[in-house]
Amino acid sequence: MTAADGAGGRPEVPLAARGVSVFFRVGSQVMARVQGEERRLRAVDGVDLEIGRGEALALVGESGSGKSTLALALCGLRPVDSGEITLNGKTVGDRRSQADRRRVQMVFQDPYSSLNPRLTVGGVLRELLRVHHVVPRGEVAAESKRLLTLVGLPEEAAGAHPRQFSGGQRQRIAIARALALRPEVLIADEPVSALDVSVQATILNLLASLRAELGLSLLLISHNLAVVRHLCDRVAVMYLGRIVEVAPTEQLFGDPRHPYTRGLLAAIPRLTAGAPDAGAPAISGDPPSPLNIPAGCRFRTRCPMAQQRCEEEDPELTGAAEAPGHLAACHFAFAPAPPAGTGLARAGEQA
Amino acid sequence: MSPAAGTVPEGAAPRGTVLEVRDLHVRIASRQGTVRAVDGVSFDVSAGEALGLVGESGSGKSMTLRAVLGVLPPEARVTSGEILLDGVNMVTRTQSELNRIRGTKLAMIFQEPMSALNPVMRVGWQIAEGPQVHLGFSRAQAAERALELMRRVGIPDPERRFRAYPHEFSGGMRQRVMIAIALSCDPEVILCDEPTTALDVTIQDQILRLLARLCRESGVSLVFVTHDLPVVAQICQRVSVMYGGQLVESGAVGDVLLEPRHPYTLGLVRSAPDFDYVRESLVPIPGAPPSLITPPPGCRFHPRCEFAEDDCRVSETPLRLLPGGRATACLHYERCLDAVAADRAQS
Repeated sequence: MTAADGAGGRPEVPLAARGVSVFFRVGSQVMARVQGEERRLRAVDGVDLEIGRGEALALVGESGSGKSTLALALCGLRPVDSGEITLNGKTVGDRRSQADRRRVQMVFQDPYSSLNPRLTVGGVLRELLRVHHVVPRGEVAAESKRLLTLVGLPEEAAGAHPRQFSGGQRQRIAIARALALRPEVLIADEPVSALDVSVQATILNLLASLRAELGLSLLLISHNLAVVRHLCDRVAVMYLGRIVEVAPTEQLFGDPRHPYTRGLLAAIPRLTAGAPDAGAPAISGDPPSPLNIPAGCRFRTRCPMAQQRCEEEDPELTGAAEAPGHLAACHFAFAPAPPAGTGLARAGEQA
Repeated sequence: MSPAAGTVPEGAAPRGTVLEVRDLHVRIASRQGTVRAVDGVSFDVSAGEALGLVGESGSGKSMTLRAVLGVLPPEARVTSGEILLDGVNMVTRTQSELNRIRGTKLAMIFQEPMSALNPVMRVGWQIAEGPQVHLGFSRAQAAERALELMRRVGIPDPERRFRAYPHEFSGGMRQRVMIAIALSCDPEVILCDEPTTALDVTIQDQILRLLARLCRESGVSLVFVTHDLPVVAQICQRVSVMYGGQLVESGAVGDVLLEPRHPYTLGLVRSAPDFDYVRESLVPIPGAPPSLITPPPGCRFHPRCEFAEDDCRVSETPLRLLPGGRATACLHYERCLDAVAADRAQS
């Protein structure tokens, strides 16, 4: 999981990121150089991540945490500023070969803007199949129909334009488009958040069954933790460009170690909640700007257990012997008890 | 605002009903025909109560809310029904009368605060505008009131933030500004149209707690439109479920969401992944919502309903009262009981 295994990557891992950072330059770079200051937004800031074969990994976090930017970088749609991305252990550069581009495919959030309105559904699929030589020319039409059937659309859909479909059906088309290249990894960026509740379930079920059928690795980006819990084996939590905790799903939800994860879980509205809670919010305040990331631990400005040490030392993503596969970037994540006199301990006493 | 017995008009329900909607019909003229967007919706809201109005896009929930506020799009019209605010029928008022009522008794919070706030006006003055226009406050008094409201909704450093513009605020802070504006003239009812949908979950949590606290402290009532069932569970005491322009079920939140008595509510609950309860697979509702130009005869849900019988296809299905203060439009609601029991046994 960490950079322990040297240069390159392990060949059995279809997709891995190692120390990946993506920056956006903002404002005048000339003035920045003259004044000797940094004018860049650190959207992704040193991320290590591995997606195993056939694994469903979730990436959760608030808006602005960098999860979509990381997804674009993993997919090869955005160059990385530092770090490396490996496919099956092989490092790929910013310009990937056609074969490498096929390995990782993406489904976007909004099916109303991610499909070409001028092409028929069949046209979209046939173009891809031809350009990438997925099947011999003579089989292109048959293959595009097979893809539509695979995602639960009638074969006649091939002749229609995207505007003739509902949101859920469009998302099926987007999934068919991603699968046309027979990728090893499917990245789905908020695939259901633009859809109605009753339709969301059909798309989630489809992703689950495709993953089982095709042995796909799935990276699901979502802010909805209920969706994540339903679909994924492992969860990575992002905050301000960095992964702060990663663990197998049930372990993360059952025994969260990072205070941000704890707050995130407490903030989810529950169906069984009953009366509105009068207590303090799970996490107060807004996330800091990624232009101005706090020194030390980046969560400390909102953290109930922040100490002097958190201001000085940036905690690394580390694990503990008793919880294999569970990593957290907090000085106190695997400490025996929260340090005395912290906000968290006080809150506990009052309760 | 005190819901004293004397102020309650005759014929209104007990417990100080502030807003009463009776058999509301909204029609929209379109090129394809007349859309029956809202078709015989009735509900009431008591003082200090939060009522959830749940449904998918196109169910008529937002249209209902806009009809109550009197801001329907030009091609839409209230064709019949009554909207009683403190016993005064809003449907028959003139625009100027409505303007006065909207300022002082009714307020609204929108989903996207950035498009509801004035981008070129300092937020402090946007909050102060209502009291100046409707309550006759002087500029200084109104500014004082705005500062007090900013403190109440948890905007840090209000003296400095008063002079800021909306774009300088985060999404959560903008929504707090919207809430301050809504509260500025001490309304009796605040209409909320998906106020937390555009927010992150930790910010949503902050805003929901704020709304719940304001509700409790000032006795203001909320009508809360959303498609998110857990959010309703968090903030509302009662909930009404809309489908195809009609109400299909209503009752106490815990009853309706945990033991639905209408197959559509049951479908919504089953298809939404719940954080505390992981199902084998989610059960989607088959089919698509009905056309509101030519709605299906009988129960509007019958083409998608697993329990549908012959009588569902012919007879109209108005809400019927059930014991325990709840109501359902389903002719065969007992089947939902069995389905819920089966779900329970499985988990």
